[in-house]
Amino acid sequence: MTVDPRLLRTSHSFPPQVIQEIHRAADQGVYEIRGFGAKRKLPTFDDLVLLGASISRYPLEGYRERCDTNVVLGTRFAKKPIELKIPITIAGMSFGALGAHAKEAIGRAATAMGTSSTTGDGGMTQEERLSSKTLVYQVLPSRYGLNPDDLRRADAIEVVVGQGAKPGGGGMLLGQKITERVAGMRDLPVGIDQRSACRHPDWTGPDDLTIKIQELREITDWEKPIYVKVGATRVTYDVALAVKAGADVIVVDGMQGGTAATQDVFIEHAGIPTLPAVRLAVESLKELDMHRKVQLIVSGGIRSGADVAKALALGADAVAIGVATLIALGCNRPVYVEDYHKIGTEPGYCHHCHTGRCPVGVTTQDPELEQRLPPEQGARMLKNYLTTMTLELQTLARACGKSHVLNLEPEDLAALTVEAAAMAQVPLAGTNWIPGKNGY
Amino acid sequence: MIEVDLDQTEIRDLNERLHRLPPDTNERAWHIVNPKGRHAIGVGLDGPITVTIDGHVGFYCAGMNKQAEVVVNGHAGPGVAENMMSGFVRVRGNASQSAGASARGGLLVIEGDTSSRCGISMKGADIVVGGSVGHMSAFMAQRGNLVVCGDAGRSLGDSIYEARLFVRGSVESLGADCVEKELRPEHLDILTKLLDRAGIRANPREFKRYGSARKLYNFNVDHAAAY
Repeated sequence: MTVDPRLLRTSHSFPPQVIQEIHRAADQGVYEIRGFGAKRKLPTFDDLVLLGASISRYPLEGYRERCDTNVVLGTRFAKKPIELKIPITIAGMSFGALGAHAKEAIGRAATAMGTSSTTGDGGMTQEERLSSKTLVYQVLPSRYGLNPDDLRRADAIEVVVGQGAKPGGGGMLLGQKITERVAGMRDLPVGIDQRSACRHPDWTGPDDLTIKIQELREITDWEKPIYVKVGATRVTYDVALAVKAGADVIVVDGMQGGTAATQDVFIEHAGIPTLPAVRLAVESLKELDMHRKVQLIVSGGIRSGADVAKALALGADAVAIGVATLIALGCNRPVYVEDYHKIGTEPGYCHHCHTGRCPVGVTTQDPELEQRLPPEQGARMLKNYLTTMTLELQTLARACGKSHVLNLEPEDLAALTVEAAAMAQVPLAGTNWIPGKNGY
Repeated sequence: MIEVDLDQTEIRDLNERLHRLPPDTNERAWHIVNPKGRHAIGVGLDGPITVTIDGHVGFYCAGMNKQAEVVVNGHAGPGVAENMMSGFVRVRGNASQSAGASARGGLLVIEGDTSSRCGISMKGADIVVGGSVGHMSAFMAQRGNLVVCGDAGRSLGDSIYEARLFVRGSVESLGADCVEKELRPEHLDILTKLLDRAGIRANPREFKRYGSARKLYNFNVDHAAAY
């Protein structure tokens, strides 16, 4: 008997992917763990547009008139603030989650572009210190690999409170990626599932954080800018408390931020998108009269110079990119397709960073797979991508008549959806309506 | 001996002086008075010096210590000797929570009691407590030895990795994946030497040893309730 396809009705509540996930859960009895970031549809910077100059304001000539991109981070307390040539930094990603080739490629590209890269859970490798002119050193709850020598070798310190992909959650690196070198850096046995705590072992709450930051400043003789990174949830309060605790720089990571391995339920269902997070963070800083005094870095789903321009227009000082960095290095590129198939996926859909079987050699500790990403080649690709983003950013900023990308402002934006207008607090395109303002 | 009065000197100035000591310094003996619970005293030290503090200290005293010997003639606030790399830290009184958190090397001796989370995430240091420890001590402890001459609060060694725990008194409860283990001669030897180095009199044979059952090292659905 043939089935009439018109009779096959997809359930809205139980579409095929939901049915598959329930079957998988019934078979395995455990949540799905995966890498990458949120895959569900979320409000993004695509829901905003920039208003180029016209009669009321005039644009700058592309290629002829300057549009500067430099940014200084850590001007509040640090003796040695960081000056970057572009406001696009590389987000923290651990050695362990990434292979040594990927870390080296990132360091080289960041150095060539005059920006910073960031360590991750697991400490600082010699490769990344040598390849990164400006390196931000993360202090995470796990404290894996943490030591005072690397604190002093770093150019800035980032106290990680949370991450956009899993705010309130700790880290996870599955046993298949815990090689001898990774295990050695983390003081753990080889091959075990490595869990990272969700809270710091020696402080809880904003008052303690103040003292923790004081300790880190004392150890490094007040030289290094201290960042505080939070996953975007209660942004208004977290930003205010980080300022109160003495942060030089605040990093707000929206829910589109990536991860090497986390529960899917966390990635898709915790935190708020980057779009409202930027606005909330800026409002909080302004309320304290600390906007531009404490610098704001925004991350989570930044993909293009347009995203950067919109984040800066909303008031961020810089952005950080993680998943986009990996994609520039080759993540999900349609090569070695048979190896994508071996792990049950296709190029363009892969989120299997957690397996350690990355077909393109980025998120792996396997020496054979890593050979697929020569550091020089990876650095070249990432540098090209960062250059492209910067050119896009300058293109849009010039069109808005800005001689510096940090001069972009909310007045340069309009929203395409009511939701984006409400979240970003910019007018819905074609109207002067900002939801929640003036009694509406 | 060089005396520094913290009623007259800022913490910043003290730490900077200590950090700037050359490796071959003759200024090896420091005496700190009037600490009055101030935070971050003697953090980030890196040299074979002795720092004696008369009075109580606040958070993170001797944090990330390398090589130095720090003696607190008083009580210590949270995170004493946190992330210590090497050297020796002694607290003559009691210590607050998270003593020796994530410490990687060296010896931390607390002659009195210490509060919760003593030795949390410890990564290779040795910690000897003359009295008792609070709840969740040695949580996620990875390497090193924690010796408790008194009692241990609830959930001792929760989610422990490869650290060794020795407790002479009672244990209110063990945390996930922490079990009592046989005290073999090699452990008695470790314990004897640690007590000796700590200068604490106790009969090693009166201790019990605890460590990881290693059942949570790789996820198994049948152990889900333990997480």
